[in-house]
Amino acid sequence: MRSIKLKAAVISLLLFLLFIGAWHMATLPKESTSLAGANAEYAALMGKGAEKSGGFPPPLEVGQAFVKYLADPFYDHGPNDKGIAIQLGHSLARVGLGFFLAVLVAVPLGFVIGMSPLLLRAFDPFIQVLKPISPLAWMPLALYTLKDSNVSGIFVIFICSIWPMLINTAFGVASVRRDWINVARTLEVNPLRKAFLVILPAAAPTILTGMRISMGIAWLVIVAAEMLVGGTGIGYFVWNEWNNLALPNVIFAITMIGVVGMLLDMIFGRLQQLVTYRE
Amino acid sequence: MSAHFLIVEALKKAYPAANGQPNPPVFEDIHFHIDKGEFVCIVGHSGCGKTTILNVLAGLEEATAGDAFMDNREVRGPSLDRGVVFQGHALMPWMSVLGNVAFAVKSKWPEWSKEKVREHCAGYLEMVGLGDALDKKPAELSGGMKQRVGIARAFAIQPKMLLLDEPFGALDALTRGTIQDELLKIVQATHQTVFMITHDVDEAILLADKILLMSNGPHAKIAEIVEVTMPRDRTRAGIHHDPQYYKIRNHLVDFLVNRSKTYAGAEAEMFHDAKNPPLVRPGLEGDRAPVLTLATERPAPQLKQAINQ
Repeated sequence: MRSIKLKAAVISLLLFLLFIGAWHMATLPKESTSLAGANAEYAALMGKGAEKSGGFPPPLEVGQAFVKYLADPFYDHGPNDKGIAIQLGHSLARVGLGFFLAVLVAVPLGFVIGMSPLLLRAFDPFIQVLKPISPLAWMPLALYTLKDSNVSGIFVIFICSIWPMLINTAFGVASVRRDWINVARTLEVNPLRKAFLVILPAAAPTILTGMRISMGIAWLVIVAAEMLVGGTGIGYFVWNEWNNLALPNVIFAITMIGVVGMLLDMIFGRLQQLVTYRE
Repeated sequence: MSAHFLIVEALKKAYPAANGQPNPPVFEDIHFHIDKGEFVCIVGHSGCGKTTILNVLAGLEEATAGDAFMDNREVRGPSLDRGVVFQGHALMPWMSVLGNVAFAVKSKWPEWSKEKVREHCAGYLEMVGLGDALDKKPAELSGGMKQRVGIARAFAIQPKMLLLDEPFGALDALTRGTIQDELLKIVQATHQTVFMITHDVDEAILLADKILLMSNGPHAKIAEIVEVTMPRDRTRAGIHHDPQYYKIRNHLVDFLVNRSKTYAGAEAEMFHDAKNPPLVRPGLEGDRAPVLTLATERPAPQLKQAINQ
């Protein structure tokens, strides 16, 4: 077991080095002899800039961006220049708030729907129609009614997080083993105790799976939403750096999005383990 | 109302078929009674509705027709007065062994302190030989141990009646034997009233005072009530030496193999009165020819009863 882990780590490292090496080779500066006379003159007039911004950034340049941003993640030089931690913090706050509101709605509602086959059927058409709507499609409506880009971003997270949690909670609650319900019935357990001590723990692994899926989607959506509404956040940062044509920064931001997404998923994986029971 | 502790009258259950039409009833005209402190087993082939009868008594299912009364009160819905041991132990896997029993005990006596609940539960778990597995999770226990927890949980709420749905069906023969012994000891000590489903004829003879024999479904009925006339202080090791044992056993096996299917149809009603199923005592019968050879020309059950009296 241990040796497999070690081998896998070595292979991962090799793959990473291979990738960086290939990237480096592909972005080596080309000889600028191909420039025709007029173009060379023009380039000279424009200074060194023309040569510098051409082509994909090599790994070294991206590495410098990493060092620069990670060295001081908390600086704040006005609305267009904030540290990476501040940007990520804004995104995480939006995701956290939208997700939390979605939990408050989806889990109790899913519980009620899951307990009643009638309600499950009654709600089903709405869920089926609303679920496949891209969360960003809600943005115009949200901006119009909520009149605030920040709140609209939170709303978009809310609306995209709610469906997997709602569906999983309802499914988990509906498929609690008949035997356990019967035990609670023969013991004349009151409904509240039954809900919290029997149904909730029994359905918890399924509910947590729904939350994990929701969180994954929310993190995907926040980047797009922030590109749209602007202001703050990691998505806005990516878009801003694209407008500056600072590709090393864009690559840095993309990596950060991936790392934070992975950490969020790990947190929910851990929570899932906590509530999973072995039969 | 009569003095019987549990009375079942004209119970009938029919499940609706897929097309909405009612199916023929699984069982009908079920009449029997259980006295306080009695251990009654019900034996019959699969599909005769034994589990449904038990579920009706537990209040988990509703009968299509008929009534059940316990302690002069109609059985309506589940109640803490009746403890159930389920076929598949039905322990909550996220609770410890103690937690599972405590869940039941707290349901019955919500006002008890934590210490009192723990002490009470530990006592019953010790009774089934699990005194040192209190904090284990059910997943860490063997099948037999899980079923013991189920039994401790049912006993711990001190129900007026215990309902056991084939509690040892999924266990291997050795484990089953030891748990039967334990159950026997506990029941003899507590004089608990028990209604139990089993497929195992030996188990029924070992544990029961009376054995209800059910004919095959659909239209299943109680064909006979066999009284186990051996003294109550039986043991699994010694029971085979009782001369009554094989008489009773042969009678039961003969019923299951040959006679259980003969109670269907109008013709059966001529010799069988479901409202008053004959009470037989094969253990006290004289040494006649083995019952098995009588398969074709057996006397009608009433005649047999007449012979007994």
